[in-house]
Amino acid sequence: MSILVNNDTKLVVQGITGRDGSFHTRQMLNYGTKVVAGVTPGKGGIDIEGIPVFNTVAEAVEKTNANTSVIFVPSKFAVSAIYEAIDAGITLIVCISEGIPTIEMVKITAYLKHKDCRLVGPNSPGVVSPGQAKVGILPGHIFKKGAVGVISRSGTLTYEIVDHITKVGLGQSTCIGIGGDPIIGTKFIDCLELFANDNDTEAVVIVGEIGGRDEQDTAYYIKENFKKPVFGFVAGKTAPPDKRMGHAGAIISGTSGTAAEKVKIFKECSIKVGDTPAEVADLVKRAV
Amino acid sequence: MKIHEYQAKDIFKKYSISIPNETVCRTVDEVVAASQEIGLPCVIKAQVMVGGRGKAGGIKIAKTDVEIKDYAAAILGMEIKGIPVRKVLVSEAVAIASESYLGIINDRTEKKTVVMACKEGGVEIEEVARQKPEAIYKVYADPLVGLLDHKAREIGLFLYENPKVAFECAAITLKLYKLFIELDSSLAEINPLVVDKSGRLIALDAKINFDDNGLYRHPDIEAMRDRESQDENELLARERDLSYVRLTGNIGCVVNGAGLAMATMDLVKHFGGEPANFLDIGGSSSPEKVMNALEILLKDKNVKVIFFNIFGGITRCDDVAHGILQAKKSLNIKQPIVARLTGTNEDKAMEILKEAGLIFAATMDDGAKKAIELLQ
Repeated sequence: MSILVNNDTKLVVQGITGRDGSFHTRQMLNYGTKVVAGVTPGKGGIDIEGIPVFNTVAEAVEKTNANTSVIFVPSKFAVSAIYEAIDAGITLIVCISEGIPTIEMVKITAYLKHKDCRLVGPNSPGVVSPGQAKVGILPGHIFKKGAVGVISRSGTLTYEIVDHITKVGLGQSTCIGIGGDPIIGTKFIDCLELFANDNDTEAVVIVGEIGGRDEQDTAYYIKENFKKPVFGFVAGKTAPPDKRMGHAGAIISGTSGTAAEKVKIFKECSIKVGDTPAEVADLVKRAV
Repeated sequence: MKIHEYQAKDIFKKYSISIPNETVCRTVDEVVAASQEIGLPCVIKAQVMVGGRGKAGGIKIAKTDVEIKDYAAAILGMEIKGIPVRKVLVSEAVAIASESYLGIINDRTEKKTVVMACKEGGVEIEEVARQKPEAIYKVYADPLVGLLDHKAREIGLFLYENPKVAFECAAITLKLYKLFIELDSSLAEINPLVVDKSGRLIALDAKINFDDNGLYRHPDIEAMRDRESQDENELLARERDLSYVRLTGNIGCVVNGAGLAMATMDLVKHFGGEPANFLDIGGSSSPEKVMNALEILLKDKNVKVIFFNIFGGITRCDDVAHGILQAKKSLNIKQPIVARLTGTNEDKAMEILKEAGLIFAATMDDGAKKAIELLQ
């Protein structure tokens, strides 16, 4: 098993003709992901890496039965790309594009409410179920099939931690980059609900960072509802208040959303926290 | 992005939210002239984008012409939390009958826009949220319909018993919501919202922050950015599409990705060092970006060691290596460089850098430790 992406994933790449879109289409194909279609309005009819390009997502779905979409379009067009994928009947959208205004995510969340569709991101590095499918920009070579689920608000920090997990001899069931924006489609708790029912996942690592209270809410949820062991890491212990640390969502607002607060609540809820990325992998290794 | 109180009040004016009679001034002479126009007593308020102005002595009520001059000179010369005061707002002294709080943000948990009201004014709302959450009254806007009139009236009736004042407050709430949405704001706050002795509602203070992701569609807001009071390195980084925040330590960090950049700072601290900065060179990095990053980093004279922590994915280690080589030549870098480069094309990077006199590290732990050792 695994969650979100697997051997049944049939992927359409929105923005396939762009620099990032075409490069990562090749990478995803090399990994073994079933990329079935690309979409770039106005470029329908051509091939990229042997993949047919369509003008609309609806046409791509009709001709190829694509069920998952990955979005690589510039931020100004990403909002309409998301709506187009929802309306075309795509059931999982992974939005790599960053820079979407927060208020647009408020509206997209409301639009998604009664639809059979999940959005991961925006500003996500993607989702990987090792040995089955890679959707997004995560480097495939660091992953190994295994039993650790990983959920992260970050990109390269996820690679760092996944790499440590692989190097201590463990592997991953699914790794999800949920994105670094203040409002995102799929949160830690949503992923945990899926991991709870996934027999291949024995433990979960949560990679959080400063800003908001998602980690705190997740910790309380885990304490009450989640039976598998969970390990945590929080980036930004040395971050100053009221400064955006790269990610739009990574900002300590006054005195709330600090790393110290998040680590404290993780520990109160019996989640083991690593002080360094290497330590996280050691903690998991000892427990599993 | 943040703006000053006086700029936020200009926006309030455009949206017909009542503000005191006031003028922004840059010199003592301007303050004196403004006070004569407004009439004594006057309030002089330092315009800096940090909290705690009052406690720092940046807000004074002047009752005489002598006080006007004295306070203006004192406030225009002071620094608040390290930021020099270049402008003050000279404002009529409103006779206050009551104070309350009104603010709007996008609630990350509910994924909706929320209006918050509190019967106490001048409070730090995050503190109230933590210590006395029941004191905050919240109503949510419908994401697709907007803030409904009766929801705004709920806010007004929560804050005020007098229905006339309550409905005037509802009208202000709707205006504040309108500007919040139209301008891609991330925070719109009236704190305090006061009722004066004649029963009129006035926004005594104003704070508006903007969503950086929305700025591209508001060039008029972008033009309000106060470049004078921003760290010059942070501005330069912004222009060059890099993300940089200055800290106080001496180990300069160059990292790809925001999460890893934070984790790198934390790791330096964990092993007993002090990071000089947050610096994310972003995803697809070219040698030019690395050059730009180093140029910005080296403007900070505290930097004694440079620590590169690169986990190559889209970022290619050989691009970073070329950037380091070019920068070493053109910027005449004296500080030792510790390099941890792993992932895409790391072998090529090692080949490029083998004669460059760098200190290599196999892991990020190893790199942080080596950077700290070099300082001793």
